[in-house]
Amino acid sequence: MTTTLSGPGAPERVGLDAPPSLERASYGDTVFRALLTVAALAVPILLAFLVYELWAGSRLAIDKFGLDFVTSSTWDPVAEDFGAFPLIFGTLLSSVVALVIAVPLSLGVAIYLVEFAPKAARQPVAFLISLLAAIPSVVYGLWGIFVLIPLLRSSVFPFLRDVFGFLPFFQGPIYGPSMLAAGIILAIMIMPYVMSVSREVLLAVPDTQREASLALGATRWEAVITAVVPYARSGIIGAVILGLGRALGETMAVTMLIGNRHEVAASLFAPGYTMAAAIANEFSEAVGDMHLAALAYVAFLLFVVTVLVNAGARLLIWRVARGSGAGSKAL
Amino acid sequence: MNRRILRRLFSNLMVALMIGAVVVALLPLFFILLDLVAKGASSLSFDFFTKIPAPAGESGGGVAHAIVGTLLIVGVASLIGLPLGIAAGIYCAEYPGSRLTWVTRFVADVMNGTPSIVVGVFAWAWIVATQKHFSALAGSAALAMLMIPMVLRTTEEMIKLVPNSLREAALALGYPRWRTNLTIVVRTTLPGIVTGSLLAVARVSGETAPLLFTALGSQYLSFDLNQPMAALPLTVFTYATGPYEEWHRYAWAAALILILVVFVLSLGARLATRQRFTLNG
Repeated sequence: MTTTLSGPGAPERVGLDAPPSLERASYGDTVFRALLTVAALAVPILLAFLVYELWAGSRLAIDKFGLDFVTSSTWDPVAEDFGAFPLIFGTLLSSVVALVIAVPLSLGVAIYLVEFAPKAARQPVAFLISLLAAIPSVVYGLWGIFVLIPLLRSSVFPFLRDVFGFLPFFQGPIYGPSMLAAGIILAIMIMPYVMSVSREVLLAVPDTQREASLALGATRWEAVITAVVPYARSGIIGAVILGLGRALGETMAVTMLIGNRHEVAASLFAPGYTMAAAIANEFSEAVGDMHLAALAYVAFLLFVVTVLVNAGARLLIWRVARGSGAGSKAL
Repeated sequence: MNRRILRRLFSNLMVALMIGAVVVALLPLFFILLDLVAKGASSLSFDFFTKIPAPAGESGGGVAHAIVGTLLIVGVASLIGLPLGIAAGIYCAEYPGSRLTWVTRFVADVMNGTPSIVVGVFAWAWIVATQKHFSALAGSAALAMLMIPMVLRTTEEMIKLVPNSLREAALALGYPRWRTNLTIVVRTTLPGIVTGSLLAVARVSGETAPLLFTALGSQYLSFDLNQPMAALPLTVFTYATGPYEEWHRYAWAAALILILVVFVLSLGARLATRQRFTLNG
């Protein structure tokens, strides 16, 4: 704990002949600061510990498979041969599907709320959509299993197959649990995040941007699309990447809807698997050490990817809304 | 002239599309809540709150074990996570120049983006693998780990809102720094800190993934933190993916309870700050 005194601003030399009250006060300050420092130090230490444990847990698999793990498609617990390609593919595909659905919707809502909506409606609508973020993942999964999937299987999927059946994405047998079902539930789940961050970013655009554009004779939509959105562009991209980070790591709802099969299929109607879902399903039942290590390796990869994605998002958001605190609330 | 009308029409069309987006965005919320009430409310009864599950296939029973489990696991997680997160948040706000602040804040952001399932694997490797058995305590550790960065960041943001003049006034009156901090700065931001804490508790109450291979779940009422324990989200998951019709009804009812708990906590969080700060979000 002696190290805590070395930081800048720490009460350093307190003379032995200082008045007693002052001495007591600085003693209290030292203890107070020491306690806070311990708490603040605990956070990076915990993360370092997390990284270490993930690495230690997956070392068996890292030593055996190395980077081939990422490209191999076998997943055979009996032969102890593992490859995560279908998991990585499924994670990316389901997230991309989610983004394709969620981004236009969230941007539409965000732009409407910032630029067009009647003043009285802005807060309530934003609040209602933020409620979507409060619903636990497992409840989305439950709703997905018993409401969304029957609906998709009976009407939406056949419709898509009839209309867009010439595309490879919408071919093949319809089961219900599928990549597309997982993508749709993910879209609903990340929408509030993308919406609220883009809204904050749009709010940070100075009014002069709008006024200048309107003064030149633009319609309100043209003002938004030519002057407001470009100004906020990197922040909006940041919001989208933040949503991507959420989608990559989402576990329960995806596990319940994606069908859980170690396969790579072009069709979105086919079941698939994601990294998070594989960990959730197999971890507590894994028996072999190598199986556990392979799953820990998957967790390690997932961790690295989400850290990179989130760091990128944060950088972009900071660039637009430096100082206004945008993005910090949407964590 | 004609072009101007076209442009005006196009503008209005886009606004109409955006209103459509708002409606589409709100539909899932509406239907999820509606289905939860429609399918879950009928199974709620006194027994549901006070009994443990009947053996598979038999009817009756309840989820008392899961309610107790969630309270215990989340309670212990809060005891660990909230003080740590709040203290670290105060540090970051009060010593903004320190290098540790920079590191801690950055790490908190990284942890905020970490998938909860990864934190579950960490708690498993740390506690379950070394103890060689599943335990509620490991679940609490995972949840605490999720709470710390959330509470840290809200605490920090709230404390930064305190005007410096308040601090200076207290210091000028001869208050030592720690008393200024606790009795002036923290006291002023207390509603904000309560809000952040409640939101964190609400969020981890619904977490399932970190509990899957730490607390594991159980069919019995248990108070022993060193043993596997049931929790509401785990119960929803097991019942929803199980084979019995009865289980599915219970999954809806348990999910209804879960979402009521989460919403009440979130609303409480909003009310706590209503008068003092406008958080708009």
